[in-house]
Amino acid sequence: MSSEVTSKRNGVLKRRTGVDTFLFVMKAALSTFVILGVLMFIGQQIDPNNFIASRINPDATGLTGAQFETLVVSGLSQGAMYGLIALGYSMVYGVLGFINFAHGEVFMVGAMTAMIASNKLDDAGLWESNFLGSLVFILLIAVVCSTVTAVIMERVAYRPLRGSPRLIPLITSIGVSFFIQNVSVVLLGPGAKSYPSLPSWLSQKRDLLGLVTIEGTRLMVLCVAAIAMVALWYLVERTKTGKAMRAVAEDKEIASLMGINVNRTIVTTFAVGGAMAGVAGILWGLLFRSVVHTTGFLPGIKAFSAAVVGGIGNMGGAMAGGITLGSAESVAPLVILEPWGINGVSQLKDAVAFLVLIFVLLVKPTGLFGERLSSEDRA
Amino acid sequence: MNETEATLLPARPAFKQDWRKLTNYGLLLAFILIFVALTNMPVKLDRRTIIEPIFSLGYLSLVWIPLALGFWVGREPILAGMPRYAKGIHEVLAGCVVGLVGGVGLSLLVFLLDNYNLREPLVNWSPQLRDILSFNRSVAFGVAIWLPIGIALGTCGGLMHLLSTQMRRTLMWAVLLVVGFAVFETVLLDLSEGFAWLGTEWLADEIYFIRGGLTMHGAAILAVIGALFGAFGLGVTRRAKVRYQALEGTTQTRANSIGIILSAAALVILPLFLGGITNELLANVGLFVLLALGLNIVVGLAGILDLGYVAFYAIGGYTAGLLTTTNRGESWPEWFPEFYWGIALFAVVFFAALAGLFIGAPVIRMRGDYLAIVTLGFGEIIRLLFLSDWLGGYTGAAQGVTNIPGVQVFGLVTVTGIDPRAVFYLVLFFCAIAIYVSWRLERSRLGRAWMAIREDESVAEAMGINTVNAKLMAFVVGAVLASFSGAILAAKVGSVFPSSFIILVSIVILVVVIVGGMGNIAGVIVGSLVLIGILGGPKQPGLLQEFSEYKLLIYGVLLIAMMLKRPEGLVPNVRRTRELHQEEYLQDAWLRGEIDADSANEDGLVEPNGAASNIKIQTL
Repeated sequence: MSSEVTSKRNGVLKRRTGVDTFLFVMKAALSTFVILGVLMFIGQQIDPNNFIASRINPDATGLTGAQFETLVVSGLSQGAMYGLIALGYSMVYGVLGFINFAHGEVFMVGAMTAMIASNKLDDAGLWESNFLGSLVFILLIAVVCSTVTAVIMERVAYRPLRGSPRLIPLITSIGVSFFIQNVSVVLLGPGAKSYPSLPSWLSQKRDLLGLVTIEGTRLMVLCVAAIAMVALWYLVERTKTGKAMRAVAEDKEIASLMGINVNRTIVTTFAVGGAMAGVAGILWGLLFRSVVHTTGFLPGIKAFSAAVVGGIGNMGGAMAGGITLGSAESVAPLVILEPWGINGVSQLKDAVAFLVLIFVLLVKPTGLFGERLSSEDRA
Repeated sequence: MNETEATLLPARPAFKQDWRKLTNYGLLLAFILIFVALTNMPVKLDRRTIIEPIFSLGYLSLVWIPLALGFWVGREPILAGMPRYAKGIHEVLAGCVVGLVGGVGLSLLVFLLDNYNLREPLVNWSPQLRDILSFNRSVAFGVAIWLPIGIALGTCGGLMHLLSTQMRRTLMWAVLLVVGFAVFETVLLDLSEGFAWLGTEWLADEIYFIRGGLTMHGAAILAVIGALFGAFGLGVTRRAKVRYQALEGTTQTRANSIGIILSAAALVILPLFLGGITNELLANVGLFVLLALGLNIVVGLAGILDLGYVAFYAIGGYTAGLLTTTNRGESWPEWFPEFYWGIALFAVVFFAALAGLFIGAPVIRMRGDYLAIVTLGFGEIIRLLFLSDWLGGYTGAAQGVTNIPGVQVFGLVTVTGIDPRAVFYLVLFFCAIAIYVSWRLERSRLGRAWMAIREDESVAEAMGINTVNAKLMAFVVGAVLASFSGAILAAKVGSVFPSSFIILVSIVILVVVIVGGMGNIAGVIVGSLVLIGILGGPKQPGLLQEFSEYKLLIYGVLLIAMMLKRPEGLVPNVRRTRELHQEEYLQDAWLRGEIDADSANEDGLVEPNGAASNIKIQTL
């Protein structure tokens, strides 16, 4: 395993082991796979019957412009929601230096409570008669519920563990995630529950300035995500609370010496992250119109991947990472995998998302836009 | 601690309470009671009778909570050398108040159940729940009865403080024995049939009611036996333990090996007297013991949190299944033979080790928490690949691999799912190997390297340990043990499906390892017995089949509770405990004046003595 060759990198002598070689080969193979896939896709687009395409995957037809547009738009809106969830991961990681595995469940709580509230409103007939009012109402309910969930989570499970070995809070958060999922099962039942139908003026496809056609709901998702992002940016960069959050992220002890209430700031961080997840939860519910207890799991993991891809602790990076990951998982299966002759590519969507995470961590572990971590977490 | 006895203050007056704390506890109790009621546990578990006809597990699921919280509210941290108050009427009143608030909560729930219909979001909002909560009488009775019940239970909880430790232990054992006999009814009846020639059936008929549950006099007899054991028996066992610890090294080793041989013999002989259900349970437990022993090496010894552990289980299952099945996917070449399971096992080991290397290599340099998520990703990717149409020609996609023959042992018996006893012996054989391997590895150079890495990776590297290789070895060994379990599963069930290898399995194994005790072989076995045996695995039913809906919820609660209160597990590993409670040991030493506060950070570990390590800072 250890062929003791030393290599000089950045002026530092490092032992080069078999693992390094293996990783190099793996990185090279993955990159080649991706680049060749894209090249073959381009070749396919130019001439569907060129000699490579006809040999490797004769069934592939390539994509029309409209199909490609749909893929990109759905990828973007999906990615915007990942970005909203990723903000919570990123902020908590920045402040406490651990992954709140249960953050995906906060998102699920948002989607679940919005579902309950909207169905109640639908029963009362308010959903149709006053749609915008009900939308604001369920937004409020879901945001409040997910914020409260996040805050209770911090108080009960994470605060007593502050300062314990690194893996302990992570394992606890797995337990919290498991717990919240199953609370939803035993209280609300295991089946999928659906949202009431949306008014047609919202869900219909519309032309945007003659450039792209986009479903109203997806447009709404993008708009709301943008608004939430701006609000968060304002909170973190322009207010005193935000300053406190940044200070605590940098160094808790010194922040407390400067008169910042560290506990309250951490709670605020959880609350803001929870609120963002709640917003994402509603958007998810309105877009897919159904929610189950496991709704939070995969989006949660993917949002974490998005946070890592963008550079954890970095908020702009979280959003950018979300959008990158969302578009990658929607476009990549067809662009990269299909030219290789892999059939049933849409089943591998989730696998692609995980591969992006692994690839980014291998090639650039600090993420695309760099991490912003406190000195203690840079271990 | 003698010094703490010396500074005992007189009990506080009854009404000088911390009312805010009491209200908080009371509200917490009410909240928990309403939650448990709304999970429908009282209705679902009502079928499992404990004492015929008065008491069922459904009521037990509610009743223990006010008792526990009534006791809990009176607890205070014991600090070495600090004065503390004697327990008295103050604690009883506290328990009483907490119980009262909790009782009000349940009364309110009964009232609401009768008058409003919230069935829309809450699926368990039903008249059955109302009837169970009002003891099948009128609603008014239900609303009224929970107040006195709450007060009585809370007060009883508070009264526990007034009993001596001896009395408390006596009571606890009496209750434990009764509940234990009710819970283990299936196994015990099974045993009594196996040993019928000893006249045990007559005993069983005395204790158990025909349709399940204990008879009144059976329960009384058990309570008395339990109380006697609690009062006098514990002293005997404690003396035996002291005598054992006083033994010399060589004699102790001999005593150890006698103990191991005896329990091994019991494990070999016992299944002959057990029926199908119990053997099936034991076989399932054994499969999880294998998995948990493997994860114990990765998480417990090397400190790598691998959340994609199920991948190796899946690889074991699929490799064994695909090589032995008689009904292979259409993409396989015609000439490909159907292997014997034992031969396929070599391939299983090979592929699992390869997968361990392949998954391990990219992740070992990552930070601990990144590693967790990436391994989780690998676990999902492997399942998705088995599930996909792309490899479906080989792996059968969602239909899985079927028609896997059993294992023929020397042409004598065929081990398949229909013969749980044979499966159990097969599992036992592999468990024995796994235990031996873990035990030897823990004491080897590699094992010490793992533990050093777990405690501090940088220091371990500085001490000359090749951390990369050691961590990779942990992955490989863990992977091979898990793949054995997968291979046995394939032979046992006769088929493998992608849905058997969801991420949930990884988490359940993690819970087993953590609840049992990370880094301790006995702990892992106890963990699997308690969790998988009683509550059941992700797909396998346990002893308490009524719990199948709640087991995952309970796993979640257990995981959080263990991490918060006892991260070293039920059967702790000594060294791991010290690592996890390092600060408390340092506090202990500091309180005893053994070390300087300033040098405490650099000072090494101090012998545990249990004063400050008993500190439970009350968080709620």
